[in-house]
Amino acid sequence: MTTTGQFLFAPLLFQFFLAVLLLFLWRRTDLQRWASIFGNLTGLGLASVLFLRVWRGGALSVQAGGWEAPFGITLVADMFSATLVLLTSAIGLAVAIYSAASVQELRLRLGYFPILQFLLMGLAGAFLAGDIFNLYVWFEIIIISSFVLITIGGERLQLEGAVKYFTINILASVIFLTAIAILYGLTGTLNLADLAVKAKDIDNQALFSVSALMFFAGFGIKSAVFPLYFWLPASYHAPPAAVSAVFAGLLTKVGVYALIRIFSLVFTADPFIYEFMGWIAILTLFTGGVGALVQNNIRRVFSFFIVCHIGFMIAGLAIFSRPALAGAVFYMAHDIVVKANLFLLAGLIFKIRHTNSMKKLGGLYAEYPRLSLLLAVPLFSLVGIPPLSGFWPKVSLVLAGLEGRHFLLVGAMLLASFLTLIIIARLWAEVFWKNGQAPEIKPNAGYFPDMEPKRRALLVAPIAMLALASLYIGFAAEHLQLLSERIASELSDPASYIRAVLP
Amino acid sequence: MEILLAIMVGLLYAAGLFMILRRSLVKLIIGLVLLGNGANLLIFLLGRLVKGRPPIIPEGSKALAGAFADPVPQALILTAIVISFGLQSFAIILIKQAYKVVGTDDLDEINATDEDA
Repeated sequence: MTTTGQFLFAPLLFQFFLAVLLLFLWRRTDLQRWASIFGNLTGLGLASVLFLRVWRGGALSVQAGGWEAPFGITLVADMFSATLVLLTSAIGLAVAIYSAASVQELRLRLGYFPILQFLLMGLAGAFLAGDIFNLYVWFEIIIISSFVLITIGGERLQLEGAVKYFTINILASVIFLTAIAILYGLTGTLNLADLAVKAKDIDNQALFSVSALMFFAGFGIKSAVFPLYFWLPASYHAPPAAVSAVFAGLLTKVGVYALIRIFSLVFTADPFIYEFMGWIAILTLFTGGVGALVQNNIRRVFSFFIVCHIGFMIAGLAIFSRPALAGAVFYMAHDIVVKANLFLLAGLIFKIRHTNSMKKLGGLYAEYPRLSLLLAVPLFSLVGIPPLSGFWPKVSLVLAGLEGRHFLLVGAMLLASFLTLIIIARLWAEVFWKNGQAPEIKPNAGYFPDMEPKRRALLVAPIAMLALASLYIGFAAEHLQLLSERIASELSDPASYIRAVLP
Repeated sequence: MEILLAIMVGLLYAAGLFMILRRSLVKLIIGLVLLGNGANLLIFLLGRLVKGRPPIIPEGSKALAGAFADPVPQALILTAIVISFGLQSFAIILIKQAYKVVGTDDLDEINATDEDA
């Protein structure tokens, strides 16, 4: 064990201390707002330091309590984990700023900020976990925090969404736990690196594949792939926009992260599972796109887009070549930023017009031309109009698909991109260009037009920040391409991961 | 003993699945509880059952000899039980609140989130 590895605890413990600090400020919601913003700024700093250290020095690992791997609990940060921790902190900061201006006082009084911080801690922990059971525990921290965030406030829509979200997530956890039980029974170890080493010597390969499929089902529910996605459009539009943004940006991606991690490290022997994933990806791309086509509520449109675009990442994993993995990782980075931004944008539109229905919306461009241009960035990045950020990973994925002769998969990806284009174009026409009237707004009801300028700035700043991030991803694509190629080479050669953990 | 436990685990999973397929909210929670218990027992079973051999190194020797009870599954189950306890208490409060607000415990009528608004 090296002392440099100890730094891995910093982002996690910091999030934890920040959450505890916010708990102490329970009644001081004014202080909580600023503590959360500045705390998350510091968290972003720590995550950047971690990212730079891993970039320069390679994968870091630390054994909790000095118990050597594979016996103790291991935390590992390879390039993939470090990138995702960095993105988590960035989204955390954006959402903290947005929440300070948009979440109602009623919700803040019920402990909104501390729970949000626990959620961010859980996410960072899941990305850093080097032990399959530890990953399970972080997942539980994530879901219990997200249950509270989805129900906080207790509106009817929220509670109904929560019942669905809750049930399916617990079910996913049980499947995950069952898969862990089988895996432990077969190998006698829980450490991911040790599992990768021992996977080759398992006698009962059939049972090993059963365990792989159960992991796929468990993580598949969490990442909302076909046919396990119905809970997502039924619940993601219910909570406040800031909460939906964290969920949309990060919660499904943590499932995808777990899938990529496990199926590049532990279960690599069985070609059936990759073929199966390919079919799942095709159906996810198709059903998500078609589902989005018929929705009227813009938050539900975006919910179906989450499902649709998860398909791109699963497709990259299914092709399982180095360029495909690079494409999947690139897509994931782009998707985290854009999807979180879309839900912030939907929240802002709601603050302006007090509706999210496409039929009732309209005329935003005439009334707020500069703001509309800003909102165009995430919308068209999602479509992937070159040179915006969605374009580059799709090129990698399509090229990798053609190289691997997965023509159906390539067709599904192109179809999904096309559907996204149609829907965003329609959304742009309906929401921004169509003639529309500002609704009758009661004065002092907390809507955008009669907000004080400081609060308006707090609402627009995170959207601008994330839009800048997607512009950076789009215009400086070679940086992210370099990063995702390095991640892909680490993923397709598990030896470096194993070396970082096992002495 | 293994056979008995295996049957037990199977029954818990079956009963849990049956219960979550019912339409009542309360039965849904009961089903999830049963499934969780089944998973915990499965971890215990797959950690191999060894009776009366605690994993304690006897004085004078440096390593464990022969078969011994594996402490890891027990630690896992303990963690999983604590987590599921927390989740279940949350679930019970949630369904109580949902029942109060929505006014039904029939899952087929909990569909406001799928209406187009």
